[in-house]
Amino acid sequence: MKLRLPVALLLGASILASCAKKLESITLAGSTAFQPFAEALAENYMDTKQDINVIVQGGGSAVGINAASTGAAQIGMADLVVLPAEAAGLVPVVVARDGISLIVNPANPVADLGLEELRRLFNGEIRNWKELGGRDAEVTVVSREAGSGTRSSFEKIVGGIELTDDAIVQDSNGTIRETVANDKNAIGYLSHGLVNDKVRAVSIDGIAGTSESIVSGLYPLVRPVFFLTKGERSGSIKDFIDYVLGPEGQAFIVEGGLIAAK
Amino acid sequence: MKATRLSPRPDTARRATRREKLVEAALLAVACSSILSLALIAAFIFKEGLPFMIGYGPGKFLFSSEWRPKAGLYGIFPMIVSSLLATFGALGLGAPLGIASAVFLTEFAPSAVMKVVKPAIELLAGIPSVVFGFIGVMIVAPFVRATAGGPGLSLLSAAFILGIMILPTVTSISVDALNAVPQSYREGALALGATRWQATRMVVLKAARSGLVAAVILGMGRAIGETMAVIMVAGNAVKLPSSPLDSVRTLTANIALEMGFAVGDHRKALFATGVVLFAVIMALNGAAMTAIRRKGRRG
Repeated sequence: MKLRLPVALLLGASILASCAKKLESITLAGSTAFQPFAEALAENYMDTKQDINVIVQGGGSAVGINAASTGAAQIGMADLVVLPAEAAGLVPVVVARDGISLIVNPANPVADLGLEELRRLFNGEIRNWKELGGRDAEVTVVSREAGSGTRSSFEKIVGGIELTDDAIVQDSNGTIRETVANDKNAIGYLSHGLVNDKVRAVSIDGIAGTSESIVSGLYPLVRPVFFLTKGERSGSIKDFIDYVLGPEGQAFIVEGGLIAAK
Repeated sequence: MKATRLSPRPDTARRATRREKLVEAALLAVACSSILSLALIAAFIFKEGLPFMIGYGPGKFLFSSEWRPKAGLYGIFPMIVSSLLATFGALGLGAPLGIASAVFLTEFAPSAVMKVVKPAIELLAGIPSVVFGFIGVMIVAPFVRATAGGPGLSLLSAAFILGIMILPTVTSISVDALNAVPQSYREGALALGATRWQATRMVVLKAARSGLVAAVILGMGRAIGETMAVIMVAGNAVKLPSSPLDSVRTLTANIALEMGFAVGDHRKALFATGVVLFAVIMALNGAAMTAIRRKGRRG
């Protein structure tokens, strides 16, 4: 009787050990905008490859770059217009493109904004929706945190943004959407694939952020999603990235509201 | 013969003492490990944060209002002020409520009520802070926005949520403090013709004062250290609030929001933020200890 527990533990441990030997593990970390896609792609990929385990973590683009450089993750995910200096030692590959949608509360009558108006809104120069033909109400600017790829892409494309001190800062696409959905006077931005009917996307200089306008290049707020690896891709890492870039992976990405890499 | 039967044989006694020593040493090691980990954490935070703070200029770091890591500006004054305002706001709600419920429970309520209400209040402490944050985002912030204006995610909402969160701490420690007042004090006051309330106000509360102060200070420590719920309801804008309806960022929120991606000086600045937080919490705990010791002397 006394022997039973240690024996069972030993057996369990040896089974686990043999599993660990068989399974090769790839870790992805970074962009929260691409994270749900990466998770689903990893699931699908693992269905076909029994011996490779793909782990997906979030954290934001800056975390992805850090993790890939330090080796904490084999693949860093970053959705930035321009890769920062820290990513210089990494090999990038574009796996998808993603539009950034400007969202307002459905009750807000403003339906179109220009890039200049966006700049002045996020700089705190336009403080009342009245100035843009909306209600007489103060604007609540909602922004991502400083390490966000969506934020740095948005600020890069719009240009000249010195975010107003009054801006509310939220640390994920989901909480941005929640905040805007709950505040009649809020404006925020998030990944095109994550807009739902609780918020309304505004068009930019008359161009709505649809999949078509993003593919055609008419919609200005588009950033690439990078997979970053340390050194050339090889072995199972290359195999996984090839799967993501292949017809099946790309079809899945397009289905989910992002834009294919090529 | 009776004596030899009662006292154990010499070698057994020696073995027992040896075992006792062993247990004692093991317990000492365990006790030291918790102190050691505290010391290591403190040393690590100070090692990472203090050189930066001194290099950047403690005055500039503590009292400038510009936090723009990209531009190399690290002023945490708005966050210090916001942390303190949110904490004192929380105390404004939590301390009177907590102490009042403790007074009711110990002095006025039948013991059956005490048996139900005290565990219920302590259960509040077991609710994860993310749940409080969720309630704040879904109910408190929209309510503040609709009734008082502003973005809703604000100092006021944060202080309110924190006030609820510190209730169990304040209440249960206050209950202990009030229970520690000797029954004879109450009896003496009642025998002199005081009403129940007069006895409570003039005798029991006075006698338990330092314990109540400790309860409030520990609640304060809980409020200033809270992170998740505050990130969710405070809005996190880096600026000095000009009204309770403004969005604020606390010291803890600043560290949690930016630690993931901060590198270089930015990372060190976050550690320096941790040093400031550490110093504030140590000061509060020190005050609590002093208050508790004073109670012991009088008591």
